[in-house]
Amino acid sequence: MSLVKLDQVHKYYGDFHVLKGIDLNIKVGEVVSIIGKSGSGKSTLLRCINGLEAYQQGGIAVDDKEVTSEDIQVRRLALSVGMIFQSFNLFPHLTVGENIMLAPTIVLKKSKQEAEKTARAMLEKVGLGDKFDRYPEKLSGGQQQRVAIARALAMNPKVLLCDEITSALDPELVGDVLKVLEQLAAEGMTLILVTHEMNFARDVGDRVVFMHQGKVWEEGNSKKLLSEPQTEELKQFIGAVL
Amino acid sequence: MLNFSDLLPYTDVFLSGLMTTMELTVLTTALGVLVGTTCAAIRQYGNGTSQRTVAAYVELIRNTPFIVQLFFIFFGLPAVGLILTSWQASIIALTINLGAYSTEIIRAGLSNISKGQWEAAKVLGLNFRQTLLRVVFTPAFEKIYPALTSQCIIVMLGSAVLSQISVQDLTYAANLVQSRNFRAFESYVVTALMYLGLAMLMRYVFVLIGKRLFAFREAS
Repeated sequence: MSLVKLDQVHKYYGDFHVLKGIDLNIKVGEVVSIIGKSGSGKSTLLRCINGLEAYQQGGIAVDDKEVTSEDIQVRRLALSVGMIFQSFNLFPHLTVGENIMLAPTIVLKKSKQEAEKTARAMLEKVGLGDKFDRYPEKLSGGQQQRVAIARALAMNPKVLLCDEITSALDPELVGDVLKVLEQLAAEGMTLILVTHEMNFARDVGDRVVFMHQGKVWEEGNSKKLLSEPQTEELKQFIGAVL
Repeated sequence: MLNFSDLLPYTDVFLSGLMTTMELTVLTTALGVLVGTTCAAIRQYGNGTSQRTVAAYVELIRNTPFIVQLFFIFFGLPAVGLILTSWQASIIALTINLGAYSTEIIRAGLSNISKGQWEAAKVLGLNFRQTLLRVVFTPAFEKIYPALTSQCIIVMLGSAVLSQISVQDLTYAANLVQSRNFRAFESYVVTALMYLGLAMLMRYVFVLIGKRLFAFREAS
């Protein structure tokens, strides 16, 4: 059964037609990589799925609930959709632990003890068990991004959206973040990634969606799609990034 | 011939003036920053009408002399039936004055917070109020804290004008003493030093508060 369902989604920025009728079905536990040139609409697509961007036509549903960009909707949606950003967006004035505990305590109304227990468990999971009391600025980019993953996981989401989460990292730090994602994928977490990491898309991802000019240009099994691209555009794109 | 010992009989007058100035300062700094914070949030996130209202208030206060604002409140408002004591008028005048100036300062801090912080809070399920209080305010204030400190000190120094509506503050004390013993030089030197000390004390207290509020900066 599909967890995330997009049906003929259109989005405009003023006159600019960014998404031109996107259909997509993502099943529970699937790892989907969205690739494509910048400006192809892939980040916009991701941001429509959790209501950060409004869309004008079509329908998006997560867990059978319709997605709109109304504030109250976005907050309800936050309970099932987690998101991780390119620029980490940790809260600088809170320690790592406080960053992770904030939403569980004030949104889910968990007790402090319970939230702390979850936070410590999530930090262990991303390999940063010893950073609980540090401030984000003391951490490397890769560590900050793993804290952001732990913060999203603490809300126990059904699907995790990753918006180019390794693009702002130094090359030597990318591996640690991808390793965490790989582990999550193995545990059955549904992941939708906008990414430039082709190796990751091929080896860990189940499916690749190639976006071009606001459309799903080509999609399919990740290994097959990347080794035998059908369209000229995807061939060119793969040639350019690999 | 200078003679500071002529001031000694008036020690109580000076001290009582100093106390009055300090009381006014503590009270109006707190109230003024509260008004400024509220107005800054409205100016930054409010709807058109509320934004324009706040903008009009800020412009009105920033482009008129403080003493005129004070006289209007104390001498002008009774004409429309609003009679205030000089103490009440002072609190109101200082609060709206600091409120207006701090609105612009605090707004600069709010606008400095990146969209990413708001989005991160949103996708974690925090509502507007929770985001403002728990995510935005502390880093925003940290950015503008030195400017806000200076503005609060400026308003404290500006409170000297209150002696004009016979609030018995430090400047009132200086005027009174020099009119009794004709030691104008000595009176005003001592008074100036007291204001200087007060300003330095204020800055020190702000630094201490800042160290607590913005511990995350110390750490990094």
